[in-house]
Amino acid sequence: MRARNIWPHVWLVLGVLIFSFPIYITLIGSTHDASTIGRGDVPLLPGPHALENYAQAWGSGGGRYMGTPAVQMLANSLAMALLIAAGKIVISLLSAFAVVFFRFPGRMICFWAIFITLMLPVEVRIIPTFEVMVNLSLVNTMAGLVIPLIASATATLLFRQFFMTIPPEFVEAAKIDGAGPMRFFKDVVLPLSITNIAALFVILFIYGWNQYLWPLLIINDRGLETIIVGLTKMIGGGDSQNEWNVIMATAVMALLPPVGVVLLMQRWFIKGLVETEK
Amino acid sequence: MATLNLRGIKKRFGDTQVLHGIDLDVADGEMIVIVGASGCGKSTLLRIVSGLESATEGQILIGGRDVTALEPAERDIAMVFQNYALYPHMSVFQNMAYGLKIRGLPKAEIESRVAEAAKLLDIGHLLDRKPRQLSGGQRQRVAMGRAIVREPHLFLFDEPLSNLDAKLRVTMRAEIRRLQRRLAVTSLFVTHDQVEAMTLGDRLVVMHQGRAAQVASPMEVWSKPADTYVAGFIGSPSMNFLPATMEQDGVVLLDSGERLTLVTPIPGSTGRAVTLGIRPEHLSPAEAGLALRVELLEPLGSETVVHGRMPDGTALTAKLPGMVPEGTDLLLRPDSAWLHVFDRETGRRISA
Repeated sequence: MRARNIWPHVWLVLGVLIFSFPIYITLIGSTHDASTIGRGDVPLLPGPHALENYAQAWGSGGGRYMGTPAVQMLANSLAMALLIAAGKIVISLLSAFAVVFFRFPGRMICFWAIFITLMLPVEVRIIPTFEVMVNLSLVNTMAGLVIPLIASATATLLFRQFFMTIPPEFVEAAKIDGAGPMRFFKDVVLPLSITNIAALFVILFIYGWNQYLWPLLIINDRGLETIIVGLTKMIGGGDSQNEWNVIMATAVMALLPPVGVVLLMQRWFIKGLVETEK
Repeated sequence: MATLNLRGIKKRFGDTQVLHGIDLDVADGEMIVIVGASGCGKSTLLRIVSGLESATEGQILIGGRDVTALEPAERDIAMVFQNYALYPHMSVFQNMAYGLKIRGLPKAEIESRVAEAAKLLDIGHLLDRKPRQLSGGQRQRVAMGRAIVREPHLFLFDEPLSNLDAKLRVTMRAEIRRLQRRLAVTSLFVTHDQVEAMTLGDRLVVMHQGRAAQVASPMEVWSKPADTYVAGFIGSPSMNFLPATMEQDGVVLLDSGERLTLVTPIPGSTGRAVTLGIRPEHLSPAEAGLALRVELLEPLGSETVVHGRMPDGTALTAKLPGMVPEGTDLLLRPDSAWLHVFDRETGRRISA
């Protein structure tokens, strides 16, 4: 019994090792100086230059263009990801609330219109979107960065499905209690969807954090550079030596906020799994 | 404390007429039970009174005030739902206090009202719990408590006992009745269970296909059903219906050939085609009477339900005291004081 149980663990540990090896290399790489990595060595043990690498990445940046310091790019990325995630959640909560709990003319048309946009990823509509943003002179602004990404058909659909499982008696009880629609939304719908919101927040934050194509297009201003785009720009085209030590330090820093969000929200996931309130 | 008056309530869903004009006057403090098979419109009627549904036609007055156009919250009513509809994320206290909080009552008054209701229902120790931590009976009490704290003019119950197990249902039934008497709040109670209806109501409204077939006290509904539907619906086992003709004003000739004499003759009914109704409990073994070929015995302990057929093939059910030996044929005599005569065409009661 015991011996047989060992194999699944061996496989799991092996999987974890393979999965985490690149991250380990990045972590180790960020502790050596540029010349060590430049020679083509791939060190497997930590070196002595961790502090200066991180200080350079954090404070002044690196790479060919001596780019934006990581602290600024991290702040930009954080602002963008938070605005996108929060905006998506607020908008989809409200639109799902309208579609599920109200009977208004064109309700199903609204629903299908939202649903159909699921089929259009950012890349498909990127040229018209860019045109619109240029005409609104939102190029190189945080608003221009966030607004095209702020509505989510997926989240609307998920909230709609969840709201449809709320028993209609709650609506009726609230009507008899004298709660208006927004009061009902705030006092009943919102507390019931809190675990769904937490789960979606994690997914949407990471979605926002990892945005690449759209920030690359709309932002030319170094002051608004996001970390994912900035990180790629640090790697040169091969005509000069890359400062891999600084790049790897920046990469480690770019990893941390999504990890933090996942850890922070994990509590809510578990709560959502343990408590089946309904 | 208020009266309730319904004036010609009609309801149409598209082309389907659900209610065909209901008139009802409920006295202050009275408990009215609306009973009927599923689909008869009883829940729709309750929802129209609550304001969750609007009537196509008609008028609703609570305490003399026309509330037809008002929102549910403005009607001064409280409703207990079939599945209780307790908000799962709120504690018992918050559930009971929610309506009062929205009305903007001062905190101290909310607390005293909830405490009072909790004491009345014996749920004081549960106030901090969430609904999911409660048993079915406790949830039921909390749902009642939520209605009581509002101190409404009118209680509405939408089959509140149907989610409970049989034993608890009997206890809660008695408790609701006691509580309603004590608080003396006018109440409408919807159910499909005739035992609930008989035991709870001051008066019953027996609904059939969107009409009030009979509005009367439980005993009157039982002893003088207005038509064959009410007669068959109230009482268990159901009333036997035998086709017959009025031979004279006071003598009924069954199609199977037997003659029965009525205690009170029905003037001018001679020759009329009728349906004779006999409750199973009003048949007793005798030397001469209706011959019954026994097909099935259901012993219930103190009594036995006998299912069988008369010689002409008409089914007949009797409820006889004690044990009935198996495999025998019986001669049964109906109690002539309890014969119900209905018109064969319309099903309306014609005997007094």
